[in-house]
Amino acid sequence: MFSLELLLDAVVLGVMVGCFYAAVSIGLSISFGLLDVPNVAHPALLVLASYGAWLLGDFDIDPIVAGFIMMPAFFLLGVMLYRTYHETFEKRGSDAGVRGLAFFFGIAFIIEVVIIMRFGVDQRTVQAFYIGKSIEILEVRIPMRMVAAFVVAILLSLALTLYLSKTFLGRAIRAVAQDEAALRLMGANPVAIKQWAFGIATAVVALAGALLIIVQPVEPTLDRAYIGRTFCVVVMAGLGSMSGTLVAGIILGVAETIVLTMFGASWAPAISFTLLLLVLGIRPQGLFGR
Amino acid sequence: MTGRGVWFWIGAALFIALAVALALVVRNEYVFFAGFVILQFIVLATAWNILGGYAGYVNFGTSAFFGIGVYTAIFLLKAFSAPLLVQIGVAAVVGAAMGLGIGLLTLRLRGIFFSIATVAITIIAETLIINWKFVGGATGVQMLRPPVTPPFDSYIKMLFVVLAILVVIAVALARYVQDSKLGRGLRAVRDDEVAAESCGVPTLNLKLVACAISGALMCAAGAPSAMYLQFADPVSAFNLNYSVSALAMSLIGGTSHWIGPVLGAILLGSTQQLLTVTISSEINVLVLGLMLVLFVVAAPEGIIGLVRRLWRRVGKGSP
Repeated sequence: MFSLELLLDAVVLGVMVGCFYAAVSIGLSISFGLLDVPNVAHPALLVLASYGAWLLGDFDIDPIVAGFIMMPAFFLLGVMLYRTYHETFEKRGSDAGVRGLAFFFGIAFIIEVVIIMRFGVDQRTVQAFYIGKSIEILEVRIPMRMVAAFVVAILLSLALTLYLSKTFLGRAIRAVAQDEAALRLMGANPVAIKQWAFGIATAVVALAGALLIIVQPVEPTLDRAYIGRTFCVVVMAGLGSMSGTLVAGIILGVAETIVLTMFGASWAPAISFTLLLLVLGIRPQGLFGR
Repeated sequence: MTGRGVWFWIGAALFIALAVALALVVRNEYVFFAGFVILQFIVLATAWNILGGYAGYVNFGTSAFFGIGVYTAIFLLKAFSAPLLVQIGVAAVVGAAMGLGIGLLTLRLRGIFFSIATVAITIIAETLIINWKFVGGATGVQMLRPPVTPPFDSYIKMLFVVLAILVVIAVALARYVQDSKLGRGLRAVRDDEVAAESCGVPTLNLKLVACAISGALMCAAGAPSAMYLQFADPVSAFNLNYSVSALAMSLIGGTSHWIGPVLGAILLGSTQQLLTVTISSEINVLVLGLMLVLFVVAAPEGIIGLVRRLWRRVGKGSP
């Protein structure tokens, strides 16, 4: 039933799936990992972006191109979300934790229900020249859609890592994550920087959502599975670590595909959550945590 | 017993008497179908508030406890054909044990980490049940109601009265927790956990007790559901809607007093029943989400806060 060949299959596919998981989590790695915003609406935004890519698919737009087209709109959405969060919770201080969480939880539910009411509960897929074909790597058959997602995911992680370490604004974002008060003493405005960063994090979600609908059919309640996956990756990586996100994504991806081939699909949803609990219990600062 | 305590118990007795009277007089069964759900939400919201409101730990895992309650009842029914009250009692014990276990595992985590961990437990519990064939697995399980005990003439009416009693137990517990040393300790945890700890408040123990009480009530609320629907499947028993409802009802009602979740559950529960019947069940989830966001943004103290503000304004206005 289980052979070395199957294991190799699982590992190769797992690495690709893992890079895809890193791509869908990297926005959360910025908004939650660096900015400390309890953004539980992240997976719902991801599914929203998938539906955007699906709608644009009607005009014969390639899903990845659609991801880029949606970026400005998602950037604005992110800025608005952060603005509301800041004005109503961060400023008020003390009880921000409970209500801030409830706020994002509520937003996630609204997005989910609006999608159900507008488009129904059917699964949606997109068309593109690379979907449906497959290629062979290391004698393992890999669907082309995974390869496309894999390449974009790697490029996205690379671009964000460079952005955060080489550009002025990117460094400012990391500075705000490290010591907000110090930044304020330097005469910079931490709120403006965080707003910009949250905008970027949400814009990245637009592209990640497009990848999601390339990789698998999307339905409105898919965000629930991705709560586990995205938070698992971000927490395992160590909050705010971009390179860690890639490694953690791959660990999750390989673990999921191995369990999938050994025990069957019905156990798959619990993997990410179990890993998450393990990380929280054993090493809460994550693999690459400060 | 203080004066207020007497009034509370008189009110509780009147409430149960009213429920029994309704069950004996009213013919239309729909009243009890809808009433059951509203009472269930009162228990869930009250239970949520013991940990979420008093201690400030946002539990997204209401549906985990609820679902385990449902499946405890099903297991007892299939294995020993246990009667309803035994199902509820055992579910409460299981819930308390589960609350303690989850508490030990997750309550050292703060804020969002605790919340995400509770979502994790929901999904893990659901996956376990899906893979457990004895209680029906993924396809669910159907059950027959046992014959009803007099003086009730239908099972649903009996369930309604049982839930009414459960509501009184839940509210009495919440009220006790709020006024006791436990409640004051939990509030200290909410306001500043580190400060409370350094003043000698045994924060972890208090949180564990709160988590156990809350879990026991949630599981107990889930148990009668099996008989209510005569059917259960993992996807609906562990539906995240229970989590968001319990949380939203508490926050909308107001978390600082035990009456808050009760008000929130009655208001939102009846609106939901109305909307489900007149429009669709999707729209009631939408209304719930919108109300939740609206309240946490515009009225952070909930209905209680609004009433208090109104009260003060009236007090000032009159000479």
